[in-house]
Amino acid sequence: MNAVTSEDDAAVTAAWLRRTRPADWRNPTPAPRYDLCIIGAGPAGMTAAAYAARHGLRVALVERRQLGGNSLNWGSVPSKTLISTARTGADFPAVLARVRRVRSRIAEQHSIERLQRLGIDVFFDQARFIGTHSLRAGAATLCFRKALIASGARPRSPTIPGLEDIGFRTSETIFDVAALPRRLGVIGGGALGCELAQAFAALGSRVTILQRQPKFLPRFERDAAELLSLALARDGVETRLNSAVLAAHSADGARILDVANNELRFPIAVDEVLLSIGRVPNTEDLELDAAGIACEPIEGVRTDDFLQTTNPDVYAAGDICMRHQFANVAEATALMAVQNAFAAGRKRCSELLIPRCAYCSPEIAQIGLHIWQARERGIPIKSYTVMMADVDRAITEDLEQGFVKIYVRDGSDAIVGATIVAARASDMINELSVIMNAGVGMRRLAAMLHTYPAQSGAIHLAAQAFVRNQPVVPWT
Amino acid sequence: MQKTFAAPLTQLADQNLLERLQRAAFAYLESYADPDTGLVADTSRAGSPASIAVVGFALSCYPIAVERGWMPRAEAAARTLRVLRFFAESPQSDAPDATGHHGFYYHFLDMHTGRRVWNCELSIVDTALLTAGILLAGSYFTGEGVERDIRAQAEALYGRIDWAWAQDGAGAIAQGWKPEYGFLNYGWEGYNEGTIVYLLGMGSPSFPLPTTSFAAWTSTYQWENLFDVDVLYSGPLFTHLFAHAWIDYRGIQDAFMREKHCDYFENTQRTVAVHREYGARNPHGFVGYDRDLWGITAGDGPSRREMEVGQHDFRVYGYMARGAPYGPDDGTLAPWAMLATAPFGADAALRGTRRMLAQYPEVCPQERFVSGCNPTCRRGSDIWLSDGWYGLDQGLLVMMIENLRTGLPWRLMRESRYLRAGLLAAGFSGGWLAP
Repeated sequence: MNAVTSEDDAAVTAAWLRRTRPADWRNPTPAPRYDLCIIGAGPAGMTAAAYAARHGLRVALVERRQLGGNSLNWGSVPSKTLISTARTGADFPAVLARVRRVRSRIAEQHSIERLQRLGIDVFFDQARFIGTHSLRAGAATLCFRKALIASGARPRSPTIPGLEDIGFRTSETIFDVAALPRRLGVIGGGALGCELAQAFAALGSRVTILQRQPKFLPRFERDAAELLSLALARDGVETRLNSAVLAAHSADGARILDVANNELRFPIAVDEVLLSIGRVPNTEDLELDAAGIACEPIEGVRTDDFLQTTNPDVYAAGDICMRHQFANVAEATALMAVQNAFAAGRKRCSELLIPRCAYCSPEIAQIGLHIWQARERGIPIKSYTVMMADVDRAITEDLEQGFVKIYVRDGSDAIVGATIVAARASDMINELSVIMNAGVGMRRLAAMLHTYPAQSGAIHLAAQAFVRNQPVVPWT
Repeated sequence: MQKTFAAPLTQLADQNLLERLQRAAFAYLESYADPDTGLVADTSRAGSPASIAVVGFALSCYPIAVERGWMPRAEAAARTLRVLRFFAESPQSDAPDATGHHGFYYHFLDMHTGRRVWNCELSIVDTALLTAGILLAGSYFTGEGVERDIRAQAEALYGRIDWAWAQDGAGAIAQGWKPEYGFLNYGWEGYNEGTIVYLLGMGSPSFPLPTTSFAAWTSTYQWENLFDVDVLYSGPLFTHLFAHAWIDYRGIQDAFMREKHCDYFENTQRTVAVHREYGARNPHGFVGYDRDLWGITAGDGPSRREMEVGQHDFRVYGYMARGAPYGPDDGTLAPWAMLATAPFGADAALRGTRRMLAQYPEVCPQERFVSGCNPTCRRGSDIWLSDGWYGLDQGLLVMMIENLRTGLPWRLMRESRYLRAGLLAAGFSGGWLAP
């Protein structure tokens, strides 16, 4: 890693701000009417804006914070950079400096200049609906034919008495810590909580995860979650399942979490608290009622399967309305919403096949149906499992932890889902995404050549196991 | 530890070997029972409390001992009635030092007073294992006098268990309860030994579980193709053996197994194949593992503080539910586990047991297997061995060897109308359940 001076760092931060929200920005004079007004310039809003503009639509994009949204500025980009850099053995200031450099560099791809070149009017202000076809962005009134709400979500606030008083970090603010916390308490055992816990442990913090449920990653496969629990222990992360934080206070310069594990009560002293208990949609400042748009406090803006809100000319996309709050889902639903709004499209968000990943070590990726979801729908499932320890490339690289499980509709070769636990599961799952979208079954997959040796050879081995599991067809 | 007993074992013919090991295992249940309460110790370690599950195994083994001539029938009946009376008369309440509540019992009890120890949980699954033993005793002792009392006590103890209470309003059953807290959730998901809870709970004449609870349980099953074997997966071997010690699963199927053209007996056979294949592949390179040396399950194992300098590069887990192939696996084998699978395949079980006895004779002091051994983790020149014996291992071995030799435990439980009712309510059909 290159040495970084504080001067470099200041320049990096300045470049990031210039790209995502220039200090001297002046909102443009609004057009009389926009074809499309978009609220929120995260992955969904930026994708929709560029797509609509390229199709010749007059587009306004309203953002109250910075271009790129949570994913670029406080979410995926910084957290994944932190995770990978933490494993290099770099010291904490160098790791944070790299996080800022990477963020600034990727921000160039989502910069204000690029939007301007596409003819998009950008307004940096809070958007508020004032009618069914109009909204205000600061002092400006924007009238529209169609609108797209893509204002995203933010970390859920704590309901733990005392936590606000002692101060806590979220996935958005953890990168602002001045120094590496000696002891870090992570409340919540979901994907992001586990990822950051492992990264801070790798950096040298003593990390304790407090998870209310009896297992990690409640949305992931059982064996994957158990393997992660072993990996966390291996990395020195102390994990306490079935443990709820009842209250918090300060004492002797430390933050004290009062924890309940069944009938046991005990304090845990930490220097920083990371709260990772889920996200809530950013709906409350939008004055949705004025436009006749219904929303729920947890689920967000109410949409139908075509992403249309209760106002037929207003659509929603991304974290504001989707259960799966990922950048890839945000971008896909944004494209879908624009097509449905302007091209009489009938694209259904329920048909999206969503690959998702927890970027722990090893990574845990999943696509399609869970086994229990399949059983609920009466689909009999057989999982074809290959342990990474049986994959030649994994052995040569000493990256043997994990497995590939492909869920097949029993009695057919149709793939309905998959779980991959592996060092590069986030990449490997994309092969499943492609073949599932293409309708490729296990039989054809087995016949498709893969490079040898490769980590993704595990997927091929699973397909070959499927073929071996079928009756032998005599040669003719 | 005496090592001299193991050497002759390897020279015995199969039937003699089985007899010797079965007899020695039974001797644990005899030796570690409290003469007043009839409770049986969890382990041979000094000060060990009783485990209610071990009592369930002991109750199931007394009839075997009678049939094998190791114990007079009158003594077996007296021991049985003693412990059944203890449970019938012991305090049932929500007091923190009671013996049980709602007909269930605390996992660990003081050997002499029968009161709850270690602040442990009221254990639903261990109560089910105890209850299986109680029902087996009720099936075996068909005579008059003491034996009539045994049957009456068995009926009463089974009948008072409030299985529906343990459901706590949810579809699946809770795994435990503490007076200081309430119901406990261990996050059980998928197939494991808990099946017996549902089958006995649904057969209850007084507080039956609804039939939908079994469907809720099986909805989390995972049918996997592992190492080219189709199997209902559960990692630790014991989960494929505990309910099977009592229930003759040959030829009977629930909806899940009908769909998969398998049964739970065959599933254990397939699981053995997976474990043997895992032993052959030995992905972590642990010492000793082989197609004929396997047995990964829940039990005692080395802890970090017991490891020697220079061995800290791999992780050990102490007492843990180990499993294959997903782990956790730290090189610890349960030396009794291969033999416990004997009814599902005597050849593999005996071949593995003989290999274990030949290679590591110290795992069988006084012809009785210790809970765990770890040939990778050494203490000087010795392999790591768990201290003393565990009652669960010994009871399971006695029953499984008998199931191989005569099938007595299975036959006695086939005669239990409650187990039959539970199986039918869970949707089992075919085989010996056919009218």
